[in-house]
Amino acid sequence: MSSLILHDHKPIPLDKDGYLRNLEDWSEEVAAKLAETANIDLTPAHWEVISALRAFYAAHELSPAMRPLVKLVTRELGADKGRSIYLMKLFPGNPALVASKIAGLPRPTNCF
Amino acid sequence: MHESMNDSANQPQRKILTFISRKSPYGQSHAKACLDMVLSAAVFDQQVNYVFMDDGVLQLRRGQEPAAIDSKNLSAAFSALPLYEVNNVYVDTQSMQDRGMSTEDLVVEAKPCTAGHIASLIRQSDVVFNL
Repeated sequence: MSSLILHDHKPIPLDKDGYLRNLEDWSEEVAAKLAETANIDLTPAHWEVISALRAFYAAHELSPAMRPLVKLVTRELGADKGRSIYLMKLFPGNPALVASKIAGLPRPTNCF
Repeated sequence: MHESMNDSANQPQRKILTFISRKSPYGQSHAKACLDMVLSAAVFDQQVNYVFMDDGVLQLRRGQEPAAIDSKNLSAAFSALPLYEVNNVYVDTQSMQDRGMSTEDLVVEAKPCTAGHIASLIRQSDVVFNL
């Protein structure tokens, strides 16, 4: 897939892994569309993780890998949510990769 | 007791990796490459020492505005190091002095150290990256 089509037919370019090419293209609608490609329906539980990720990226210009993501969520949203299993349920597969994609961040570089 | 024995049996051995970053933050990719290696090593649960010396101390300087040269701000990442459990960050005092810097100029807390201290870090390390 090389672009995402929004309701106003505006194409949003994506890279080969489905991440936004231009980070400033992100919007809540874009997030929902990106989530759709991963078969995820965004709930408030997803949005709070997405917000934490976006704030982290704004401050540090880094997409966190799994372990720092868990620590970040612990710090921002509490220890009950800062667990791999919780994030796996929200963002199945690889939460660091999937959540970064939906949050409109670049692909985490040190994450496999 | 049992648990700690199991732990040591099941966990891959942790190595002590020392990264010595000695180039200025922009203009060439050494500083960014070193940061990426540090973060990767940390993600793989290795024991990391991150040392800034020579022009590398400039990476830690406050007030970098790399947007002017269309570059990402390397120093923004340093404040995320604790989240990656990289807590052993050192800065060479002499290199700072030579460049008119003091610890107040730094974007993150780094342990001031001497060349002798760095030498002993190197001796204790399994692997040293110098770039």
